Amino acid sequence: MNNKTGVVSFNWEKTLELLKDSRIDSVGLNERVDSLANRSIKKESKLEALNMIVSMCDLTTLEGEDTEGKVSQMVAKAIIPNPNDLDIESVAAVCVYPSLVSVAKEKIGNSSVKVAAVSSYFPSGQVPMESKLLDTKYAIDSGADEIDIVINRKAFLEGDYRKVYDEILALKEVCGDVHLKTILEVGDLRTYENIRKASLISLAAGSDFIKTSTGKLSVGSSRQACYVMAKAVLDFKSLSGVSVGIKVAGGIRDAKDAIRYLVLIKEEMGNEWLTPDLFRFGASSLLDDVLKQIKKLKTGAYQASYYFPRG
Amino acid sequence: MVNWEYSESIESQDIVSIKDKYQNFVNGKFQQPNSKKYIDTISPSSEEFLSKIVISNEKDVDTAVQSAQMGFEKWENTTPHERSKYLFKLARLIQERSREFAVLESLDGGKPIKESRDFDLPQVAANFFYFAGWADKIDLSWGAKSLKPYGVVGQIIPWNFPLLMLAWKVAPALATGNTVVLKPAETTSLTALLFADLCEQAGIPDGVVNIITGDGTTGSLIVNHKDINKIAFTGSTQVGKLIQKSLAGRDVGLTLELGGKAANIVYEDAAIDQAVEGVVNGIFFNQGHVCCAGSRLLLQESIHDEFITKLEKRMQTLRVGNPLDKNTDIGAVNSKEQLNKIQELVNEGVSDGGKIFQTECELPGNGFWFKPTLFTDVQPSYSIAREEIFGPVLTTLTFRTPQEAIEIANNTEYGLSAGIWTEKGSKILWTADRLEAGVVWANTFNKFDPASPFGGYKESGFGREGGRHGLLSYLKAES
Repeated sequence: MNNKTGVVSFNWEKTLELLKDSRIDSVGLNERVDSLANRSIKKESKLEALNMIVSMCDLTTLEGEDTEGKVSQMVAKAIIPNPNDLDIESVAAVCVYPSLVSVAKEKIGNSSVKVAAVSSYFPSGQVPMESKLLDTKYAIDSGADEIDIVINRKAFLEGDYRKVYDEILALKEVCGDVHLKTILEVGDLRTYENIRKASLISLAAGSDFIKTSTGKLSVGSSRQACYVMAKAVLDFKSLSGVSVGIKVAGGIRDAKDAIRYLVLIKEEMGNEWLTPDLFRFGASSLLDDVLKQIKKLKTGAYQASYYFPRG
Repeated sequence: MVNWEYSESIESQDIVSIKDKYQNFVNGKFQQPNSKKYIDTISPSSEEFLSKIVISNEKDVDTAVQSAQMGFEKWENTTPHERSKYLFKLARLIQERSREFAVLESLDGGKPIKESRDFDLPQVAANFFYFAGWADKIDLSWGAKSLKPYGVVGQIIPWNFPLLMLAWKVAPALATGNTVVLKPAETTSLTALLFADLCEQAGIPDGVVNIITGDGTTGSLIVNHKDINKIAFTGSTQVGKLIQKSLAGRDVGLTLELGGKAANIVYEDAAIDQAVEGVVNGIFFNQGHVCCAGSRLLLQESIHDEFITKLEKRMQTLRVGNPLDKNTDIGAVNSKEQLNKIQELVNEGVSDGGKIFQTECELPGNGFWFKPTLFTDVQPSYSIAREEIFGPVLTTLTFRTPQEAIEIANNTEYGLSAGIWTEKGSKILWTADRLEAGVVWANTFNKFDPASPFGGYKESGFGREGGRHGLLSYLKAES
C-alpha cells in the first residue's frame, strides 16, 4: 500500500468504507468554527503567528497575463518578502502555471523557496485524462517541486467517485516524489458532506496535501471548509498513520483572517500541523497585509503600501 | 515543530469599581442594615478580597418585605404600559453597562470572561427585553382580567449564573406586577448589588426591587416571613425540599428550579465530531456549574471507543485559567466548599471502580480549580452516575438500543434536561417523547431563549421560567 514517497493510498474498497461516515451537523460545525474565531491573539503570539504565515505562503500568480517579468518580480519577493526587515523568512513556494515553471525555477536559484505548478487543466479540469497527465508531466519536467491539481468536479457531482479517485491516483503516479496538492474547489462542492467526501477520496488516493480552492470562483476558502478538511485529515491519519497537509487558498486577504486559520489548525490538529510541510496559504494580497502587521507590531506604526516592494 | 502558545489577553478591570463594603438595597436606596454581621466576598480565581457583604438578619428581612409591600401598592397601580417602559429601560441600561457587569461577574464568580461577555450578559438583557414586551399584553393573552400578581415575591438565587438568575426572576415578576425581595448567593452578590444601582438609574419606583444579601439563614427568614406571598427558588434539591416543607399549609406560592443529572444521549448515527463538541459544551460550560449540564454521557456501545478517544483529545485543548483572560475556556470553581464537594464525589467514583481521565493542564497556584474530568467504565449504581456533581466532571454510561438509552436516561430522581445526538429526525422525536426532562435538546446543548420555558420534572422542581409559561409562575387566579 505504501508508494515510494511514503504516502499511503487506499484501494477503492477501503476508500468506499471511508466514505460511509460523512455525517456532519452544519449548525454545530458553524458554532465551533465561530467560537474559535473569538480567540484573542495578541503581543508575542501575534508576531509569531504572522511570521509563521509568511513561511507558509504559496505566493501565487495565475493569470492569462502572467509573463516572465511578472514571475521574476514575484520570485524576488518570495525570497526576500521585505528587504527592510531581513528577519522575515522566505515564503514556502511560488505558485504559477506550467509554462512559467522554468522561469520561476531559474530565478529561485539556491533559495529554499519551492516552485509549485497548477496542472490538470486548472481551474476547470474539463479535459480528457490524457491532457491532464500531459499537463502535469510538462510541469514536472520543467522543474516543478509541487503540483496542484483540481479534482474532477463533473465526475464528483455526477456521483462517479471512482473516477475522481482514479484520476488522482493516476496523477499521483506521474508525480512520484513531487508533492501532490489536490484542490477540491469547495465553492463548487457547496455542502460540508461533499467537502468531506472529496477530502477523503483525495486522501485515499495518496495526495500529499488537500487544498480548498482554485481562487477562481467567487466562493473561495472558508474556515468552515478548512475545518471539515482538518477532521477528514485527522480521521485518515488515525487509519493510515500518515499526516497529510492542508492548503487554504482563495479570498484570504488579511492577516486577521489568516491567524484565525492558524488557531483552527492549532486547536483542532495540534501544533505539529503548524509547519509549511503540513499547512499552507495560497496567497497573493495576503502577504502584504501580513508584512504591514509585522511592521506595526515591531514599530507601533502602520506604514503605507509603497514602503513594501511589489511582488 | 513550533510551539505556538497564546499570549495572555486580559480584560481590564478598570471599568469596575467595587465598594469596600455593601449595604442592602431597600426602598429604592442602599440602607444601613440592622445586622452587624459581615462576611468577605472573594474572587475564587485568586482568593483576593473583593468586598464585604452583610448577612441580613430577621429585622433586615422584615424591613425589606415591608418596603416591597409599600412598593406593591405603587407598582400595582402603575399602568402595565408604564411597567413595560421601566423594564425596557433596565434592558437598555444592562446593554450599555454590559462590559462592567461581565467583568464583575467573572471576577466575583470565577467564570470565563468570554462566557459572561458572550452568554450571560446578552441573555440577561434578552430576558428584560422579552418580559418588557409582555408587561402590557398579559390581559390580552389570557382573555380575562382573572389573573393577579401574588404581591411580594421572595426570590432566592444561586451562584452559578448570578445575574442571569436574577434576570430570570426579576423580569417576569415585575412584568406581572409583583414586587420582589431578592437574595443573591453569598459568594456572588456583587452583580446583584450593581443591578440595584441600575434600578436607581432607571428610576424604578422605591420598594419595587429590594436586594438583600445573606446566606442560608437569611434565605430561610425570607421563606418564613409572614407577609411573603410567593417564593421562587433556584438551587439544590436538598434546600428546595426544606423550603417546600416550611411553606406547607401556608397560602404562599412556590416555584422551584432544582438540581439535575442530565443524560446526553449519543447514538451511533450521530455526526460524531459535532457530538463531541456538544458533549464538551454540555458539561464544561461554566465549569459544569449548570443545573441542566449534560453530566451523564450515554454512549451507544458501538461507538464508545472512537468517541472517547476523540472526546479526550478535545478535552485536552480546553484552556483552564484566569477567568479574565479572553482565551480561557474553563475558569475557577466558585468556592472552596464546592471544590471539596467535587473532589469528594470524584474520589468516590475512583474507589467505586470508575476509570478516570483528567486533562494535563497547569492549574494556577491560588484560587479554586478542578481539571476537566471524564469517567468511563461507570455503572449506573455509582454515586458519580446518580448524584449531581456540579463541576467539570463527565460520567460515561453505555447502552445497546434506544429503549435501553431511555431506561438509563430516566433512571434518576432528576428530570431537568437531556440531549439527543443523531442525524435521524424520527429517532430524535421518538427519544424526546420518552424522556422525562423539562428541556430536551437535539444535536445541540445549553441553548437558551427567554421565549422558551425552562423547568424540571420529578425532583428537579416545578414551575416554569421563561416564555408565556414563565409569566404564569407569577400570576394567580382570582375568584
